[in-house]
Amino acid sequence: MVPAEPIVDIRGLRKRFGSNEVLRGIDLAVAPGEVVAIIGRSGSGKSTLLRCINGLESPDAGTLAIEGRPMRLDDPRAMRDLRQRVGMIFQSFNLFPHLDVGHNIMLAPGLVKGRRGAQGEARARQLLARVGLDDKFEAMPAQLSGGQQQRVAIARALAMEPQVLLCDEITSALDPELVAEVLAVVEMLASEGMTLLMVTHEMRFARKVADRVVFMHEGAIHETGPASELFTRPQTTELRQFLAALD
Amino acid sequence: MVEFTLWDILRNLLLAARWTVALSLIAFVAGGALGLLLVLARTLPAGAVGRWAGRCVALHVEVFQGTPLLMQLFLAYFGLALLGLEVSAWLAAALALTLHASAFLAEIWRGCIEAVPRGQWDAAASLALTRSEQLRRVIAPQALRIAIAPTVGFLVQVIKGTALASVIGFIELAKAGTMITNATFRPFAVYACVAAIYFAMCYPVSAFSRRLERRLNGAR
Ligand SMILES: Nc1ncnc2c1ncn2[C@@H]1O[C@H](COP(=O)(O)OP(=O)(O)OP(=O)(O)O)[C@@H](O)[C@H]1O
Ligand SMILES: [Mg+2]
Repeated sequence: MVPAEPIVDIRGLRKRFGSNEVLRGIDLAVAPGEVVAIIGRSGSGKSTLLRCINGLESPDAGTLAIEGRPMRLDDPRAMRDLRQRVGMIFQSFNLFPHLDVGHNIMLAPGLVKGRRGAQGEARARQLLARVGLDDKFEAMPAQLSGGQQQRVAIARALAMEPQVLLCDEITSALDPELVAEVLAVVEMLASEGMTLLMVTHEMRFARKVADRVVFMHEGAIHETGPASELFTRPQTTELRQFLAALD
Repeated sequence: MVEFTLWDILRNLLLAARWTVALSLIAFVAGGALGLLLVLARTLPAGAVGRWAGRCVALHVEVFQGTPLLMQLFLAYFGLALLGLEVSAWLAAALALTLHASAFLAEIWRGCIEAVPRGQWDAAASLALTRSEQLRRVIAPQALRIAIAPTVGFLVQVIKGTALASVIGFIELAKAGTMITNATFRPFAVYACVAAIYFAMCYPVSAFSRRLERRLNGAR
């Protein structure tokens, strides 16, 4: 793939927590509409990488640009702008438990984009329908299954109309029978051209949906390539060991 | 010698109880407002300012949690006099109780804010909410729910704690009880009335909190 203008452009990204160097110089350019699966062992820095991309963590070195615009962590207006373009979905859903499903979705567009009232509600209902939960507008998060909660979280992220979605192990907290309904929504987004960076342990899904797989090892990108090649012909022992340990 | 009826005793105690109520209200409202400022200062993002604010608040909390309320009352009364400020027992008691309450409430509320899972901040931030929107719209409503029981518990402590203000000569319910006992020589009747009045003030407060908590939890 020849990335025209990368939508996410990461260069020399470093991050340490105290003496623990978690990211040791990450270079990654993601093209618009590309689906990138990030795999790697626990503690290899996958979550930290994603969290740097929308500024939940502040990098110690390196540059990061979204749609050609460099990230400015110290500029609240720039960050507000960036986070509208980069959405995130978490392993633990993180729905707001004090708000019903509809208000979970409408809160941020109302505050950030001034989209309130009937217009905001219509949009929220439309998004709920897209994730197959039309009838849950008034439900409280605690009344939903994990799979339904995660689909609401996806609808909530989509309500900001992001160009890029960061997904951090979004099916890892789900019972096995609920994984498929969430992955189906992600696959739909991928087919519609959403740029996706997803940390995942679902290798079959990565193989099916990802344009590119990135294997992280000890804070660096150890190996990367198209899913078909990476899984069938891993070049490094670390990746071979990682894949072998999976099955 | 004048004969005191039970009604005389009760009436005089109730008159003094007004001061207990007033002192409790001031301590709670002013202490709550100050406590809120303190807890907000403590949730400032970790920068140079945030760190310093956090340290000052922590010190304030340590000092007022680590010393007896009795000493705080003495220090407010006699300490301010030493500085040349002539303060009434009333003002000194209000000041000491306000500072005392602010420290405890700040600490209680900080705990409640920290009890809200980290992921709630992350989710709110990733939806482009500003720091203050995250706090007001996502974190505070959840922290509030957790805060009701300990806050009301502390309010009851404050009501009872006002009795200590008698040591600096402030005439509230407990002090009035002692004075009336000295005049009537009926300590049991007097102190039974005093206890009943304290109970009558504290019980509705806890009952209200239980109802409020049930309602909020029911609305999930
Ligand atoms: N806020 C933090 N403070 C200190 N250390 C952290 C913090 N966040 C992550 N770390 C450390 O950074 C390292 C990488 O963490 P990260 O969560 O990025 O790994 P991961 O690849 O996502 O792992 P997993 O598969 O378990 O989610 C770990 O050693 C972790 O302990
Ligand atoms: Mg992780």
